[in-house]
Amino acid sequence: MEGIKAFFASRRGIIAVGLAIGVIAALLQKFGNPANMGICVACFERDMAGALGLHRAEVVQYLRPEIIGFVLGSLVAALAFKEFRPRGGSAPVVRFVLGAFAMIGALVFLGCPWRAVLRLAGGDGNALLGLAGLTTGIGVGALFLKNGYTLGRAQKTSAAAGWLLPLIMVGFLVLLLANPQVAEQAKSGVLFYSLKGPGAAHAPLFLSLAAGLLIGVLAQRSRFCTMGAIRDLLLFRHTHLLGGFLALLVAALVTNLALGQFHWGFDKQPVAHSQHLWNFAGMALAGLAFALAGGCPGRQLFMAGEGDGDAAVFVFGMIVGAAFAHNFGLASSPAGIGPNGMAAVLVGLAACLFIGFTMRKTA
Amino acid sequence: MATTIDARGLSCPQPVLLTLEAISAGAEEQLVVLVDTDTSRENVTRAASSRGYRSSEVKAEDDGYRLTFTKSRP
Repeated sequence: MEGIKAFFASRRGIIAVGLAIGVIAALLQKFGNPANMGICVACFERDMAGALGLHRAEVVQYLRPEIIGFVLGSLVAALAFKEFRPRGGSAPVVRFVLGAFAMIGALVFLGCPWRAVLRLAGGDGNALLGLAGLTTGIGVGALFLKNGYTLGRAQKTSAAAGWLLPLIMVGFLVLLLANPQVAEQAKSGVLFYSLKGPGAAHAPLFLSLAAGLLIGVLAQRSRFCTMGAIRDLLLFRHTHLLGGFLALLVAALVTNLALGQFHWGFDKQPVAHSQHLWNFAGMALAGLAFALAGGCPGRQLFMAGEGDGDAAVFVFGMIVGAAFAHNFGLASSPAGIGPNGMAAVLVGLAACLFIGFTMRKTA
Repeated sequence: MATTIDARGLSCPQPVLLTLEAISAGAEEQLVVLVDTDTSRENVTRAASSRGYRSSEVKAEDDGYRLTFTKSRP
């Protein structure tokens, strides 16, 4: 056990995890997930919100097994290595709001940090604007952290608080198995299923679930975090997490080239638009929200699997944010940004700045 | 004397930030950091060693760890 722990805590360990995630993501695309979207935490949570009917955007409704796997894989790894620690109480309402605006920003760009690198690995040049925005947003978050920003301490709490999100994910899995997709039907039991669009593109259920579980285990062990990769570079000049993030990019790029999934350009990229300013600004909002909440959307799922109730609240914030994004016309589509996308980004930035300036250490 | 930092319950990257701040402010020969998760334990250990502090003791304490670091002789 100690040898495994040491490996995953090492530079080689995090790079190995990044490589594995990159290959798995590109393969998931081969097996049916949307193009340049082998894994996208934001998009997939948005699809889950749709599957549950929290929004009714017909093209993005599918209860993604990868997300369920992320949480349950992390849970299994945390239990196996005695790291499951139910905890919470560090400004949950702030984390909820940060989750909602992180999602809204990500859906203006059309992807979370994971998908931003997968888009780049598939040749989508628009991802460069997103990554630049992400870095800018995280940079602003790093400035707040340097100046004493904090959401306060989490406390140890009773087991139930740590088990709730994993149990809800088990419940989602039961729903998925009890209401399986029926060809040409937009609804099966209580769940919505897309008939076209990205929500209709998915790898076979058990393949997606297995991929999610494996990544959940690997990421829990290695503390893989895409936001942390950029934050630690900007804040400390530390490159540990960056090694994993870049490994993901390289592995996905090589796998895409091998599978003929690489197509360079800015126009007509899959599930993407070319409004450069808003690709930048959407991700700047998401990056700032992730930095203020202490983890990328994947990392929040993995922490929730370890019993972190505050991370679970962030996840719920993202799912609710996705529902708002599609109900209020905030989310982009390949045709461009939504009718209210600009307003949402500005309100989100204002909310994050308010949180950044007001949440500080009290003596 | 040892400089003691209580980073229990704090989100990433605050345990590392507090540790590096203490080192920059001229910490004592010994640095003690209290953390409550394995992630923080690994991150703080990695950060301290990058600044010449060797991990000299790891003690499980109160559902967390008491990490002791000693300044390496140049």
